[in-house]
Amino acid sequence: MKVIELHKSVTDSNDRDADRLRAEMKEAGVLLINIMSSPGSGKTTLLSSTIKGMPETRIAVLEADIDSAVDAEKIESLGAKAVQVHTDGMCHMDAGMTRAGLEGMGFEDVDLAVLENVGNLICPAEFDTGAGKNVMILSITEGDDKPLKYPLMFETSDALVISKIDALPYFNFDMEKCMERARRLNPDIQIFPLSAKTGEGMDAWISWLHEEINRWRENS
Amino acid sequence: MHELGIVTHVAKTLDEVAEENKITRIGSVTLQIGEVSGIINDYFVDCWDYFKKKHPVLADAEMKIEIIPAVTYCEDCRSEYETVKYGKICPHCHSERTWLLRGNECTIKEIEAETQE
Repeated sequence: MKVIELHKSVTDSNDRDADRLRAEMKEAGVLLINIMSSPGSGKTTLLSSTIKGMPETRIAVLEADIDSAVDAEKIESLGAKAVQVHTDGMCHMDAGMTRAGLEGMGFEDVDLAVLENVGNLICPAEFDTGAGKNVMILSITEGDDKPLKYPLMFETSDALVISKIDALPYFNFDMEKCMERARRLNPDIQIFPLSAKTGEGMDAWISWLHEEINRWRENS
Repeated sequence: MHELGIVTHVAKTLDEVAEENKITRIGSVTLQIGEVSGIINDYFVDCWDYFKKKHPVLADAEMKIEIIPAVTYCEDCRSEYETVKYGKICPHCHSERTWLLRGNECTIKEIEAETQE
Protein backbone atom coordinates (compact mmCIF):
# COMPACT_ATOMS: atom_id res chain seq x y z
CA MET A 1 0.00 0.00 0.00
CA LYS A 2 1.25 3.48 -0.75
CA VAL A 3 -0.16 6.79 0.37
CA ILE A 4 -1.44 9.09 -2.36
CA GLU A 5 -2.10 12.68 -1.34
CA LEU A 6 -5.15 14.10 -3.07
CA HIS A 7 -6.35 17.26 -1.29
CA LYS A 8 -9.40 17.21 -3.53
CA SER A 9 -12.66 18.81 -2.60
CA VAL A 10 -15.45 16.26 -2.30
CA THR A 11 -17.45 18.21 -4.85
CA ASP A 12 -14.54 18.21 -7.33
CA SER A 13 -15.97 15.70 -9.84
CA ASN A 14 -19.41 17.33 -9.68
CA ASP A 15 -17.89 20.79 -10.21
CA ARG A 16 -16.21 19.65 -13.41
CA ASP A 17 -19.38 17.95 -14.62
CA ALA A 18 -21.33 21.15 -13.88
CA ASP A 19 -18.86 23.25 -15.90
CA ARG A 20 -19.28 20.88 -18.86
CA LEU A 21 -23.08 21.09 -18.65
CA ARG A 22 -22.94 24.91 -18.43
CA ALA A 23 -20.79 25.02 -21.57
CA GLU A 24 -23.21 22.72 -23.42
CA MET A 25 -26.20 24.85 -22.43
CA LYS A 26 -24.30 27.95 -23.56
CA GLU A 27 -23.63 26.29 -26.90
CA ALA A 28 -27.33 25.43 -27.22
CA GLY A 29 -28.34 28.99 -26.23
CA VAL A 30 -30.61 27.76 -23.45
CA LEU A 31 -30.47 29.54 -20.10
CA LEU A 32 -30.79 27.09 -17.21
CA ILE A 33 -31.79 28.63 -13.89
CA ASN A 34 -31.62 26.69 -10.64
CA ILE A 35 -34.34 27.68 -8.16
CA MET A 36 -33.66 26.84 -4.53
CA SER A 37 -35.84 27.42 -1.48
CA SER A 38 -37.49 25.85 1.55
CA PRO A 39 -40.59 23.73 1.02
CA GLY A 40 -43.67 25.93 0.91
CA SER A 41 -41.92 29.12 -0.23
CA GLY A 42 -44.23 29.38 -3.23
CA LYS A 43 -41.97 28.02 -5.99
CA THR A 44 -44.76 26.49 -8.06
CA THR A 45 -46.99 29.57 -7.67
CA LEU A 46 -44.10 31.82 -8.74
CA LEU A 47 -43.38 29.56 -11.72
CA SER A 48 -47.04 29.55 -12.78
CA SER A 49 -47.20 33.37 -12.70
CA THR A 50 -43.83 33.60 -14.47
CA ILE A 51 -44.97 31.31 -17.29
CA LYS A 52 -48.16 33.38 -17.69
CA GLY A 53 -46.09 36.58 -17.69
CA MET A 54 -43.70 35.36 -20.41
CA PRO A 55 -46.04 34.14 -23.17
CA GLU A 56 -43.41 34.52 -25.94
CA THR A 57 -40.75 32.54 -24.07
CA ARG A 58 -40.53 28.77 -24.46
CA ILE A 59 -40.12 27.47 -20.91
CA ALA A 60 -39.34 23.99 -19.65
CA VAL A 61 -39.39 22.96 -15.99
CA LEU A 62 -37.50 20.17 -14.23
CA GLU A 63 -39.37 19.34 -11.04
CA ALA A 64 -37.08 17.73 -8.46
CA ASP A 65 -39.12 18.12 -5.34
CA ILE A 66 -42.30 16.11 -5.76
CA ASP A 67 -43.46 12.60 -5.16
CA SER A 68 -46.65 13.06 -7.14
CA ALA A 69 -47.27 14.57 -10.55
CA VAL A 70 -49.37 17.43 -9.15
CA ASP A 71 -46.83 20.22 -9.68
CA ALA A 72 -45.73 18.94 -13.08
CA GLU A 73 -49.36 18.71 -14.25
CA LYS A 74 -50.02 22.25 -13.06
CA ILE A 75 -47.03 23.54 -15.04
CA GLU A 76 -47.98 21.59 -18.16
CA SER A 77 -51.54 22.90 -18.03
CA LEU A 78 -50.03 26.38 -18.52
CA GLY A 79 -48.36 25.31 -21.73
CA ALA A 80 -44.80 24.77 -20.51
CA LYS A 81 -42.91 21.51 -20.75
CA ALA A 82 -42.41 19.76 -17.44
CA VAL A 83 -40.58 16.66 -16.31
CA GLN A 84 -40.12 15.08 -12.89
CA VAL A 85 -36.63 14.17 -11.78
CA HIS A 86 -36.03 11.56 -9.13
CA THR A 87 -33.17 12.24 -6.76
CA ASP A 88 -33.27 8.71 -5.28
CA GLY A 89 -33.75 10.01 -1.76
CA MET A 90 -30.94 12.54 -2.10
CA CYS A 91 -31.34 15.98 -0.57
CA HIS A 92 -30.09 17.90 -3.60
CA MET A 93 -29.72 17.83 -7.38
CA ASP A 94 -26.23 17.50 -8.82
CA ALA A 95 -24.97 18.15 -12.33
CA GLY A 96 -25.36 14.52 -13.44
CA MET A 97 -29.01 14.33 -12.38
CA THR A 98 -29.74 17.71 -13.98
CA ARG A 99 -28.17 16.60 -17.25
CA ALA A 100 -30.20 13.38 -17.23
CA GLY A 101 -33.40 15.36 -16.66
CA LEU A 102 -32.63 17.86 -19.42
CA GLU A 103 -31.70 15.17 -21.92
CA GLY A 104 -34.78 13.13 -21.04
CA MET A 105 -37.01 16.12 -21.60
CA GLY A 106 -35.25 17.53 -24.66
CA PHE A 107 -34.32 21.23 -24.67
CA GLU A 108 -33.73 22.03 -28.37
CA ASP A 109 -36.95 24.07 -28.62
CA VAL A 110 -36.55 25.82 -25.27
CA ASP A 111 -35.45 29.38 -24.36
CA LEU A 112 -35.49 29.06 -20.58
CA ALA A 113 -35.05 25.85 -18.58
CA VAL A 114 -35.96 26.03 -14.91
CA LEU A 115 -34.72 23.51 -12.37
CA GLU A 116 -36.92 23.40 -9.28
CA ASN A 117 -34.36 22.03 -6.83
CA VAL A 118 -35.19 19.97 -3.72
CA GLY A 119 -36.81 22.12 -1.00
CA ASN A 120 -33.93 22.67 1.37
CA LEU A 121 -31.67 25.67 2.11
CA ILE A 122 -28.46 23.76 2.82
CA CYS A 123 -27.34 20.99 0.46
CA PRO A 124 -28.55 22.45 -2.87
CA ALA A 125 -26.19 25.39 -2.27
CA GLU A 126 -23.20 23.05 -2.01
CA PHE A 127 -23.69 21.21 -5.29
CA ASP A 128 -23.30 23.04 -8.58
CA THR A 129 -26.05 21.89 -10.96
CA GLY A 130 -24.49 23.45 -14.05
CA ALA A 131 -27.07 26.24 -14.09
CA GLY A 132 -26.25 29.59 -15.71
CA LYS A 133 -27.99 31.48 -12.91
CA ASN A 134 -28.90 30.50 -9.34
CA VAL A 135 -32.04 31.93 -7.81
CA MET A 136 -33.21 31.62 -4.25
CA ILE A 137 -36.76 32.20 -3.04
CA LEU A 138 -37.37 33.33 0.53
CA SER A 139 -40.99 33.80 1.55
CA ILE A 140 -41.68 36.46 4.15
CA THR A 141 -43.35 33.86 6.37
CA GLU A 142 -39.91 32.25 6.89
CA GLY A 143 -38.49 35.34 8.60
CA ASP A 144 -35.87 38.03 7.86
CA ASP A 145 -33.15 36.19 9.81
CA LYS A 146 -32.60 33.47 7.18
CA PRO A 147 -29.46 35.07 5.68
CA LEU A 148 -27.85 34.64 9.10
CA LYS A 149 -28.80 30.98 9.31
CA TYR A 150 -28.11 29.81 5.75
CA PRO A 151 -25.30 32.09 4.55
CA LEU A 152 -24.03 29.80 1.76
CA MET A 153 -27.41 29.83 0.01
CA PHE A 154 -27.34 33.64 -0.16
CA GLU A 155 -23.67 33.69 -1.21
CA THR A 156 -24.20 31.34 -4.16
CA SER A 157 -27.40 32.94 -5.50
CA ASP A 158 -27.40 35.52 -8.31
CA ALA A 159 -30.93 36.59 -7.47
CA LEU A 160 -33.12 36.52 -4.39
CA VAL A 161 -36.90 36.53 -4.75
CA ILE A 162 -38.66 37.61 -1.57
CA SER A 163 -42.08 36.07 -2.08
CA LYS A 164 -45.57 36.47 -0.59
CA ILE A 165 -45.21 40.23 0.06
CA ASP A 166 -49.01 40.48 -0.03
CA ALA A 167 -48.86 38.94 3.47
CA LEU A 168 -46.41 41.56 4.84
CA PRO A 169 -49.02 43.32 7.03
CA TYR A 170 -49.58 40.10 8.98
CA PHE A 171 -45.96 39.13 9.65
CA ASN A 172 -43.09 40.63 11.56
CA PHE A 173 -40.75 40.70 8.56
CA ASP A 174 -38.23 43.54 8.28
CA MET A 175 -37.63 43.96 4.52
CA GLU A 176 -34.79 46.47 4.94
CA LYS A 177 -32.98 44.29 7.42
CA CYS A 178 -33.37 41.17 5.29
CA MET A 179 -32.01 42.95 2.19
CA GLU A 180 -29.10 44.40 4.17
CA ARG A 181 -28.24 40.95 5.56
CA ALA A 182 -28.40 39.36 2.11
CA ARG A 183 -26.25 42.11 0.54
CA ARG A 184 -23.67 41.83 3.29
CA LEU A 185 -23.16 38.19 2.28
CA ASN A 186 -23.40 38.88 -1.44
CA PRO A 187 -23.03 42.51 -2.59
CA ASP A 188 -23.99 41.62 -6.21
CA ILE A 189 -27.24 39.81 -5.42
CA GLN A 190 -30.35 41.04 -7.32
CA ILE A 191 -33.35 41.25 -5.01
CA PHE A 192 -36.99 41.01 -6.16
CA PRO A 193 -39.67 41.44 -3.51
CA LEU A 194 -42.90 40.24 -5.13
CA SER A 195 -46.27 38.58 -4.79
CA ALA A 196 -47.06 35.96 -7.41
CA LYS A 197 -50.65 36.08 -6.14
CA THR A 198 -51.37 39.80 -6.64
CA GLY A 199 -48.74 40.36 -9.34
CA GLU A 200 -46.96 43.11 -7.38
CA GLY A 201 -43.26 43.18 -8.23
CA MET A 202 -43.58 40.51 -10.95
CA ASP A 203 -42.59 42.95 -13.74
CA ALA A 204 -39.08 43.52 -12.39
CA TRP A 205 -38.51 39.78 -11.98
CA ILE A 206 -39.72 38.98 -15.50
CA SER A 207 -37.63 41.82 -17.01
CA TRP A 208 -34.58 40.40 -15.27
CA LEU A 209 -35.29 36.94 -16.73
CA HIS A 210 -35.66 38.39 -20.26
CA GLU A 211 -32.38 40.31 -19.87
CA GLU A 212 -30.55 37.22 -18.63
CA ILE A 213 -31.92 35.03 -21.47
CA ASN A 214 -30.70 37.62 -24.01
CA ARG A 215 -27.33 38.00 -22.33
CA TRP A 216 -26.86 34.21 -22.25
CA ARG A 217 -27.57 34.01 -26.00
CA GLU A 218 -25.36 36.97 -26.95
CA ASN A 219 -22.26 35.32 -25.56
CA SER A 220 -23.00 31.88 -26.94
CA MET B 1 -29.91 12.29 3.44
CA HIS B 2 -27.07 14.79 3.28
CA GLU B 3 -24.30 12.33 4.23
CA LEU B 4 -25.26 9.75 1.60
CA GLY B 5 -25.16 12.40 -1.10
CA ILE B 6 -21.64 13.38 -0.11
CA VAL B 7 -20.55 9.73 0.07
CA THR B 8 -21.68 9.18 -3.53
CA HIS B 9 -19.54 12.14 -4.63
CA VAL B 10 -16.50 10.86 -2.71
CA ALA B 11 -16.92 7.43 -4.35
CA LYS B 12 -17.23 8.98 -7.81
CA THR B 13 -14.09 11.08 -7.32
CA LEU B 14 -12.14 8.05 -6.03
CA ASP B 15 -13.26 5.90 -8.97
CA GLU B 16 -11.75 8.54 -11.26
CA VAL B 17 -8.55 8.73 -9.18
CA ALA B 18 -8.27 4.92 -9.28
CA GLU B 19 -8.54 4.88 -13.04
CA GLU B 20 -5.98 7.67 -13.52
CA ASN B 21 -3.46 6.04 -11.17
CA LYS B 22 -4.06 2.38 -12.12
CA ILE B 23 -5.18 1.61 -8.57
CA THR B 24 -6.49 -1.91 -7.95
CA ARG B 25 -7.55 -1.54 -4.32
CA ILE B 26 -7.98 1.32 -1.85
CA GLY B 27 -7.24 0.40 1.78
CA SER B 28 -8.23 3.65 3.46
CA VAL B 29 -9.54 7.12 2.71
CA THR B 30 -8.74 10.11 4.92
CA LEU B 31 -11.27 12.93 4.81
CA GLN B 32 -10.87 16.35 6.41
CA ILE B 33 -14.22 17.57 7.66
CA GLY B 34 -14.83 21.03 9.08
CA GLU B 35 -16.50 21.24 12.45
CA VAL B 36 -19.41 23.29 11.05
CA SER B 37 -19.67 21.61 7.63
CA GLY B 38 -22.99 20.09 8.68
CA ILE B 39 -21.73 16.53 8.29
CA ILE B 40 -22.49 14.09 11.10
CA ASN B 41 -19.45 11.80 11.25
CA ASP B 42 -21.20 8.68 12.57
CA TYR B 43 -23.86 8.86 9.84
CA PHE B 44 -21.18 9.56 7.31
CA VAL B 45 -19.17 6.44 8.20
CA ASP B 46 -22.36 4.31 8.20
CA CYS B 47 -23.25 5.60 4.75
CA TRP B 48 -19.70 4.93 3.58
CA ASP B 49 -19.74 1.33 4.83
CA TYR B 50 -23.04 0.76 3.04
CA PHE B 51 -22.12 2.47 -0.21
CA LYS B 52 -18.48 1.35 -0.68
CA LYS B 53 -19.60 -2.21 -1.45
CA LYS B 54 -21.07 -0.95 -4.72
CA HIS B 55 -17.58 0.07 -5.92
CA PRO B 56 -15.15 -2.87 -6.26
CA VAL B 57 -12.03 -0.76 -5.81
CA LEU B 58 -13.42 0.74 -2.55
CA ALA B 59 -15.01 -2.37 -1.06
CA ASP B 60 -12.41 -2.77 1.75
CA ALA B 61 -11.61 0.91 2.23
CA GLU B 62 -11.71 2.19 5.79
CA MET B 63 -12.99 5.77 6.25
CA LYS B 64 -10.76 7.91 8.47
CA ILE B 65 -12.01 11.35 9.47
CA GLU B 66 -9.94 14.32 10.63
CA ILE B 67 -11.89 17.20 12.15
CA ILE B 68 -10.88 20.76 11.31
CA PRO B 69 -11.87 23.13 14.16
CA ALA B 70 -14.05 26.05 13.09
CA VAL B 71 -12.64 29.56 13.50
CA THR B 72 -14.47 32.85 12.87
CA TYR B 73 -12.83 36.20 12.10
CA CYS B 74 -14.27 39.50 13.35
CA GLU B 75 -13.94 42.38 10.87
CA ASP B 76 -14.43 45.06 13.51
CA CYS B 77 -11.91 44.08 16.18
CA ARG B 78 -9.83 41.81 13.91
CA SER B 79 -9.77 38.94 16.34
CA GLU B 80 -10.30 35.23 15.74
CA TYR B 81 -12.53 33.10 17.95
CA GLU B 82 -14.02 29.60 18.25
CA THR B 83 -17.13 29.42 16.06
CA VAL B 84 -18.88 26.59 17.88
CA LYS B 85 -18.56 28.24 21.29
CA TYR B 86 -19.60 31.79 20.33
CA GLY B 87 -21.47 31.56 17.00
CA LYS B 88 -22.01 34.57 14.73
CA ILE B 89 -21.53 37.34 17.32
CA CYS B 90 -17.95 38.27 18.25
CA PRO B 91 -17.34 37.55 21.97
CA HIS B 92 -14.81 40.43 22.18
CA CYS B 93 -16.67 43.39 20.66
CA HIS B 94 -20.19 41.93 20.03
CA SER B 95 -20.03 42.76 16.34
CA GLU B 96 -22.13 40.85 13.79
CA ARG B 97 -19.64 41.54 11.01
CA THR B 98 -17.88 38.22 11.28
CA TRP B 99 -16.80 35.59 8.75
CA LEU B 100 -16.01 31.92 8.94
CA LEU B 101 -12.27 31.47 8.35
CA ARG B 102 -12.25 27.69 8.37
CA GLY B 103 -14.41 24.80 9.51
CA ASN B 104 -16.64 24.34 6.47
CA GLU B 105 -14.29 22.01 4.57
CA CYS B 106 -14.95 18.59 3.14
CA THR B 107 -11.77 17.47 1.44
CA ILE B 108 -10.30 14.12 0.50
CA LYS B 109 -6.83 14.43 2.05
CA GLU B 110 -5.22 11.15 1.04
CA ILE B 111 -5.79 7.48 0.30
CA GLU B 112 -3.78 4.34 0.92
CA ALA B 113 -3.80 2.28 -2.26
CA GLU B 114 -2.35 -0.66 -4.15
CA THR B 115 -1.45 -0.08 -7.78
CA GLN B 116 -0.83 -2.40 -10.72
CA GLU B 117 2.93 -1.75 -10.79
